[in-house]
Amino acid sequence: MNWDEWIPLLVVASSLVPGLIIFALAEERVRLRTALNLLGAIVKLGLVGVMVWGVYREHIYETRLVLLPSLELVLRAGPLSLLFVTLSTALWLVTTIYAIGYLEGAPHRSRFFGFFSLCVTATVGVALSGNLITFLLFYELLTLSTYPLVVHRGTEAARRAGQTYLIYTVCGGALLLLGTVWLYSLAGTLEFIPRGFVNDLGPEHDSALIMIFILLIAGLGVKAALFPLHGWLPQAMVAPAPVSALLHAVAVVKAGAFGIVRVVYDVFGIGTAAALGVTMPLAWLAAFTIIYGSVRALFQDDLKRRLAFSTISQVAYIILGVAIVGPISTIGGVVHLVHQGLMKITLFFCAGNLAETLEIHKVSEMNGVGRRMPWTMAAFTIGAFGMIGAPPIAGFISKWYLGVGALEAGQSWVILVLVGSSLLNAMYFLPILHRAWFREPPDQWPADHQFGRKETAWALLLPPVATAVFALGVGLFASLAFSPLGWAKLIAAREFYQP
Amino acid sequence: MPEAFSQTPWALVLILLPLATGMISFLWPRLAISLGLVTAAILILAVVGLGWQIHSLDGGVYHHAVGGWGAPLGIDLYADGLSLLMLTTTALVGMGVSIYSVAYFEHEQALRFWPIWLLLLAALNALFLSADIFNLYVTLELLGLAAVTLTALAGSKAALDGAMRYLLATLLGSLCYLLGVELLYHSYGTVDIATLAERVAATPVVWAALGLMGAGLILKTALFPLHFWLPPAHSSAPAPVSAVLSALVIKATFYILLRLWLTLFNPLNESVATLLGLLGAAAVLWGSLQALRQTRLKLLIAYSTVAQIGYLFLAFPLAAVAALSTWNAVAYLALSHALAKAAMFLSAGNLLRFGGHDRIADLDRVVQRLPVTAMAFALAGVSIMGLPPSGGFIGKWLLLEAALEQNRWDLVLVMLLGGLLAAGYVFKVLGHSFTEAPVMHEAGTVPKAMEWAALLLAVAAVVLGFLTVPVLAWFGLGDVAGIGGVGS
Amino acid sequence: MSSVFAYALIGVGLFTLGLYALIVHAHLLRKILALNVMGSGVFMTLVALAKRSGDVPDPVPHAMVITGIVVAVSATALALTLMLKLSAVSGRATLADDRQD
Repeated sequence: MNWDEWIPLLVVASSLVPGLIIFALAEERVRLRTALNLLGAIVKLGLVGVMVWGVYREHIYETRLVLLPSLELVLRAGPLSLLFVTLSTALWLVTTIYAIGYLEGAPHRSRFFGFFSLCVTATVGVALSGNLITFLLFYELLTLSTYPLVVHRGTEAARRAGQTYLIYTVCGGALLLLGTVWLYSLAGTLEFIPRGFVNDLGPEHDSALIMIFILLIAGLGVKAALFPLHGWLPQAMVAPAPVSALLHAVAVVKAGAFGIVRVVYDVFGIGTAAALGVTMPLAWLAAFTIIYGSVRALFQDDLKRRLAFSTISQVAYIILGVAIVGPISTIGGVVHLVHQGLMKITLFFCAGNLAETLEIHKVSEMNGVGRRMPWTMAAFTIGAFGMIGAPPIAGFISKWYLGVGALEAGQSWVILVLVGSSLLNAMYFLPILHRAWFREPPDQWPADHQFGRKETAWALLLPPVATAVFALGVGLFASLAFSPLGWAKLIAAREFYQP
Repeated sequence: MPEAFSQTPWALVLILLPLATGMISFLWPRLAISLGLVTAAILILAVVGLGWQIHSLDGGVYHHAVGGWGAPLGIDLYADGLSLLMLTTTALVGMGVSIYSVAYFEHEQALRFWPIWLLLLAALNALFLSADIFNLYVTLELLGLAAVTLTALAGSKAALDGAMRYLLATLLGSLCYLLGVELLYHSYGTVDIATLAERVAATPVVWAALGLMGAGLILKTALFPLHFWLPPAHSSAPAPVSAVLSALVIKATFYILLRLWLTLFNPLNESVATLLGLLGAAAVLWGSLQALRQTRLKLLIAYSTVAQIGYLFLAFPLAAVAALSTWNAVAYLALSHALAKAAMFLSAGNLLRFGGHDRIADLDRVVQRLPVTAMAFALAGVSIMGLPPSGGFIGKWLLLEAALEQNRWDLVLVMLLGGLLAAGYVFKVLGHSFTEAPVMHEAGTVPKAMEWAALLLAVAAVVLGFLTVPVLAWFGLGDVAGIGGVGS
Repeated sequence: MSSVFAYALIGVGLFTLGLYALIVHAHLLRKILALNVMGSGVFMTLVALAKRSGDVPDPVPHAMVITGIVVAVSATALALTLMLKLSAVSGRATLADDRQD
């Protein structure tokens, strides 16, 4: 076996092995645990870098493992996988640093970081899956490894939130399983191939294929928080902030959205999906979710819940981009995977900072907080403007491509949705910014933990600033070939143009 | 050395060794524990040896005439892929339970446990190696009596009550089975399975025999609605005994049913298969719902067994068309369930030892205080729920595939619902083990051996999900699906 | 042939009677007796059906009956012991009412 066959497996193992070791560590071994976490993250980042370089030069990285006599587990690095894997890996590193700071002195950190690593293992596995069965395996693993994080605090409220989370995700998993087995029994294969692998099935299978599509989208839509399967997301806010950041920016929702992208492009193929007539309903559902999420966000006073509904809305952009049949909207949808991740994680980090430093949980408590925590709020501002779609931050790029793509595909109604949701975003983000920068602070914060001359701990401050800078950077430098936008163009080209 | 290895009559070792050590440990109690562990280890070796022998034999089956007297008058030993699978399961679970029991039982109980446990192992192995239906009866009775005795070991009212109920049910089942054997002998003049398979035809007498033997075996396998004896017995026995009962003893009677189905009763009607499938579906749904309602952990696990047995019976209506994949699924489901359920019961034993109770709502932060046990329960749960990656998932996948190919949407629905309900009751336990209970509980200590035995069995159930090709090859030795009987 | 048939029928009849008694009676001693009656019924049928045409009956079923009797004796012994222990511990000789099924 040459190196090329090992690398995908090693990428997955680089967080699995530290995770397993961390489980066995005693609570007090803080330095060792931190070292393992960071080591794993850096190794993974390095390996991903190698793969990115290699794929750019047409290298093939693929690991295959026999699962059943006629079915294999496949890990493969292609442009779409690498997009997601790079995002996950980079954000894992950042979130690990943040979590170390956030959970300073909190109980059960070994358990937390162990499951944290498992969660990233599962996400990376989802990203690198080369066929639907491998995807299913890691997708379910994601459910199993995120549950302990949701119930981490050990309170009755956490248990109930975990229960809700499970009901949704396990049912989603069952639907996904059914769709997968059914598809396998019809098509005999589950490999992800650009333009899909169901094309060879004759028209007599059309109704079965439509049913399978619905099952798969429903199963994936639970994690992607597509209406009406989104109910678990606001509930899961009871988890600690690093969990919310990771789950809602990187791991769970993105895995769902990523899965939908895979199903539409590499299982069905956009042409077949359009011919079956399933793309329009999906687009409508996505559009409805966009508006619904934003409207619900307007009425939330709890900051994390407001961000949760904002996530529901924003992830639907990805699905909308995919459901509109056209290369440009594809670019917009796919690149939003990265952009939304960067922006949302920034926002969640900031929310966590507010909670940790000043014990602020509600928007109404945020008057004048910009003066007390300027760097945090600056990062928040960048993220918020990105969400609204103000150039040159990343969010603008995604929305631009979505809009142009919609026009080009003859779906002008999408422009209305985009404009409407941007307005709504402004309506629930701008007041926050106004409060933070332009109102007088109260006489006393709910609590005020001091950190010397800085506004909060280093480990809490650096991550949001870094991700905010990135969000700005990918927008400013979007024209570079190596930017997420460049990758997205490559992916769209393979789906639509290459033979 | 390799010569000696392949020449040893491993089949005989499998039966005679535990029989001998059982009796020795009864006579010389001080040797009991060491003999028990050594036996468990040698049994694993013996199974590997037997597998090796079968593998190199023609047709992949193994025949041995005990004492030189062949069938139809003598007792034949017979092993093919199916027997091998069951023997392997027994050896693996047996090892885990033996390690566990070293630490679990105090001196008094240990003296009574080990001899009977070894006899139980002998009975199981003899059952899986039997080649005629009367020998099956004898081993079945031996198995039942040993199992009942072990169930009553704790001596509490609940244990004795459960054991009594179990004994009555098992004796009733055996008598029905014996009557069936009688009818078959009277019609065809032999009790040897292979010979019977050639001669059997669809006459009323054979129907009656099928009915009687089937009813008896279904009662002993606790298929809905004849499952009433299982929850009290399995939940009030000591933890390692519960593990053995759910994992192995029930599988033994299922094995007989399967064997008879494949060889003798195959040419008979579809309607029986449909009935079995229906009962299986009812078992899955009823058992899972009941498990969800329980407040005590061991009862929850016992009802889970009732449900999981149902899955095995869903295969019967599907096998007519897709024999190979369906029986492969059954093999996988049986093996994974044995490992996972044993792990679950052992974990429950740990929790009981730790907290002094097994009330689910009061599992105070067990994840933090007994992490190894919690992990064992969680991994076992993954297999029971049929989530990837695990043996349970492979079994479920194969069964779903077979059902979808035949458009049996009713069975598909049952399987999916069963999985969801299983997730419900597994996570009910896990959710409480993360959470702080309203009242803090005192903690006893749990020996490492007990925790790790449970974890190893659970890990085996999960790892099984990656070993599909070798396991199915092992199972395929001797072409189980095509033995004797007409059609397949 | 008809006497064989009669014996076999009686055997099956005993089996059925025993089954009825097993289900209906609550006292454990009666249940154990019922099982014994059922066993006797099965053995009787087996012996009856052992008659072949000609003078010498088939010895194989007889061997099976002997094995069966041995098994029945051990089983009965176990059952009686269990019953005694149960009544010592719980003060009654019946099974507890089914609370959950």
